[in-house]
Amino acid sequence: MLASLLRILALTRKELLAVLKDRRARLSLLIPPMVQALIFGYAATYDLNRVPYALLDLDHSAASRELVSGLDGSGVFERVADLPRASAVPDTIDSRRALLVVRIDQDFERHLLAGQPADVQAIADGRNSNTAGTALGYVSSIVQQFNTQWRADHGMPAAAMQVVERAWYNPNLETRWYMIPGMIGTLTLIQTMMLTVMSVAREREQGTFDQLLVTPFRPHEIMAGKAVPSMIIGTIQASGVLVVGQLWFRIPFAGSYFVLYPGLLLFLLAAVGMGLLLSAVAGTMQQAMLYSMLFIMPFSLLSGFTTPLASMPDALQEFTLINPLRYAIDIARRVYLEGAGFGVLAHDLWPLALMALVTLSAAAWVFRYRPQ
Amino acid sequence: MSEASAAGPEAHSATSGRRRGARVRALIRKETRQMVRDPSSIAIGVILPLILIMLFGFGLSLDVRNVPLAIVLEQPSGDAVDLSEALRLSPYFRPLVLQAMAPAEQLLQRGRVNGILDIPGDFARRLAAGDAQVQLIVDGSDANSARIIEGYVEGAVGSWSAQRAAEGRAGKLAGIAGPVDVQARLWFNESDESRYFLVPGLLVLVMTLIGGLLTAMVMAREWELGTLEALFVTPVRSEEILLGKTLPYFGLALVGFVLSVLSAKFLFEVPLRGSIWVLSLASMLYTLVALSIGLLISSAVKNQLVASQLAALTTFMPALMLSGFLFDLRSMPAAVRLVTYLLPARYYVALLQSLFLAGDVWSVIVPNVLVLALMAAALALGGRAVTRKRLA
Repeated sequence: MLASLLRILALTRKELLAVLKDRRARLSLLIPPMVQALIFGYAATYDLNRVPYALLDLDHSAASRELVSGLDGSGVFERVADLPRASAVPDTIDSRRALLVVRIDQDFERHLLAGQPADVQAIADGRNSNTAGTALGYVSSIVQQFNTQWRADHGMPAAAMQVVERAWYNPNLETRWYMIPGMIGTLTLIQTMMLTVMSVAREREQGTFDQLLVTPFRPHEIMAGKAVPSMIIGTIQASGVLVVGQLWFRIPFAGSYFVLYPGLLLFLLAAVGMGLLLSAVAGTMQQAMLYSMLFIMPFSLLSGFTTPLASMPDALQEFTLINPLRYAIDIARRVYLEGAGFGVLAHDLWPLALMALVTLSAAAWVFRYRPQ
Repeated sequence: MSEASAAGPEAHSATSGRRRGARVRALIRKETRQMVRDPSSIAIGVILPLILIMLFGFGLSLDVRNVPLAIVLEQPSGDAVDLSEALRLSPYFRPLVLQAMAPAEQLLQRGRVNGILDIPGDFARRLAAGDAQVQLIVDGSDANSARIIEGYVEGAVGSWSAQRAAEGRAGKLAGIAGPVDVQARLWFNESDESRYFLVPGLLVLVMTLIGGLLTAMVMAREWELGTLEALFVTPVRSEEILLGKTLPYFGLALVGFVLSVLSAKFLFEVPLRGSIWVLSLASMLYTLVALSIGLLISSAVKNQLVASQLAALTTFMPALMLSGFLFDLRSMPAAVRLVTYLLPARYYVALLQSLFLAGDVWSVIVPNVLVLALMAAALALGGRAVTRKRLA
């Protein structure tokens, strides 16, 4: 038992040396997760803070100016053009000069003063309909404020019914809070899984795998020697992303590291297990990379990282049950933002454990019996 | 130049041109055979696009439907029940009616519901008085969905009160619709389907991956196995080697392109409002750029392990996160926006979104195609320089 552990340790050391002795390999494994977290942390937000809009004000009244000053003063809308007539609208949107055109018709103020409903038209560039929808939402909340103010100023009764809104866990509804914990798993999966598959494929391509097989190492020891280094590197990568989230973006960490890290290790075990299993079908490093991307891509896209799991069709939601990243992202988000403990996370942890068990035993079998 | 013997300059250039053609053809033939015989290349060229098409067409969506929502009816009076019934009929919600707040909060904590709509006990009385309130608590973890849910609830509550006003049951009730009403228009995507922008975006991922991944290993592999040095002692020039490596994979990438466009148009019925020729031209340019990036990585690092990591880092995530395909580029801070300008995917996404949904908008097409063409030229020169330097 002890001898076996020592052999695994020796292999782990050799493997870490083999990967990290090359300066470029070292840099490409340790630096990118933090840089990516930094860049994507700023980039990956569905919130809008600069919406270029064009104004078509056909009313030129005090009321229309008041409404427009609400838009300009919001800090979100940036007026890029004052359109003279309606015929200028299509070109402004087509050429992407403005994301939004706000059109106020001629009798806007007259209708308002007469107590009739007055319309404001907001035309948005739907080429990215999610962005456009968010921008339209901002417009209506600014118009809502204008309405409240107008009612108060003109002695009208306040709205008879109000929806009071409150968001738990993320009071300002910042997407970044949601994205960064999701990156802990996503960024780690891509590099760790590929590294595992590649390092076995390299041995096969260079013929050193056969040499390993004639040493006193048992197949499962060889496998552990490949798995442990990848997990160590994966843990370092995940910690890098975590550090960026906490120290740079200052997203408050609500949970406990003693919950997060066991969850992450379980995830890495499952991911590395899949990588080892995959390495059985890859004869060359080229195949190793292409096959691992074939899995990494669907795993990342179907993980709930960028699009919510709940809006996927049922069949695909069931497919995501075999996706280790799905559980890792849920664990990271719940621990990070909601301070979840093991009890709430049980439904994430046992599938990961099961996946690790299945893939690692299958990989051990393959390591032993794979026809060369 | 030693081939130039007694023959005149025209004869010389003609022979050398013919020889060059023969050399390139031989290289292409060798590379094509290698590609066709390796199942992994075909998997990336054909199976990966198919998987992504299915995922994007059927799976991924930013539209929120069937949101599990807890409705707390503290006092099931007529008006309160009426309101909760209205929400039950909406396609956006899957409501779960409860009598008290505590169990609803537990459901939210466990992630079983995404929000709680609390209709207080005095709702009916205060509605009659004209100052009723309902409280909405959303799970803010997923901020984008949370905001969409807030919008839906406001909309549903608003239309409920508008309908009551219309039925004349409202008394003083004016609804939450105010004196000014916003009429929203979503151009190019009237029905607000996120599929319409996700499916064209799929092309960016497909072309980036096919281009970048296929070529990232080829030069590094030859370096590692020592076969590139063997190639160097033949009359083959470095640009001929690069050409021989590029063209077969370019062909394979085009297969992925055709598959993606056909399925976007016929399977998912995403409108293609621009010209198919401009789309093809832009895609070929982009493929060339992606292939050259892979080749450049490959010849620069000469190590398959590092090349694979770099290829994975420079293709998939940047194309997903920084291209403007999901996230709006204008809202990123200046430093990050600067990074996106270096990214070819950014220009390709602008072209795709316009060509599919808006049509041939030349003010978008011309600058973006020009940038891609410049990048392709610069990368080709860069690749040649890197390969030649190592020849010495």
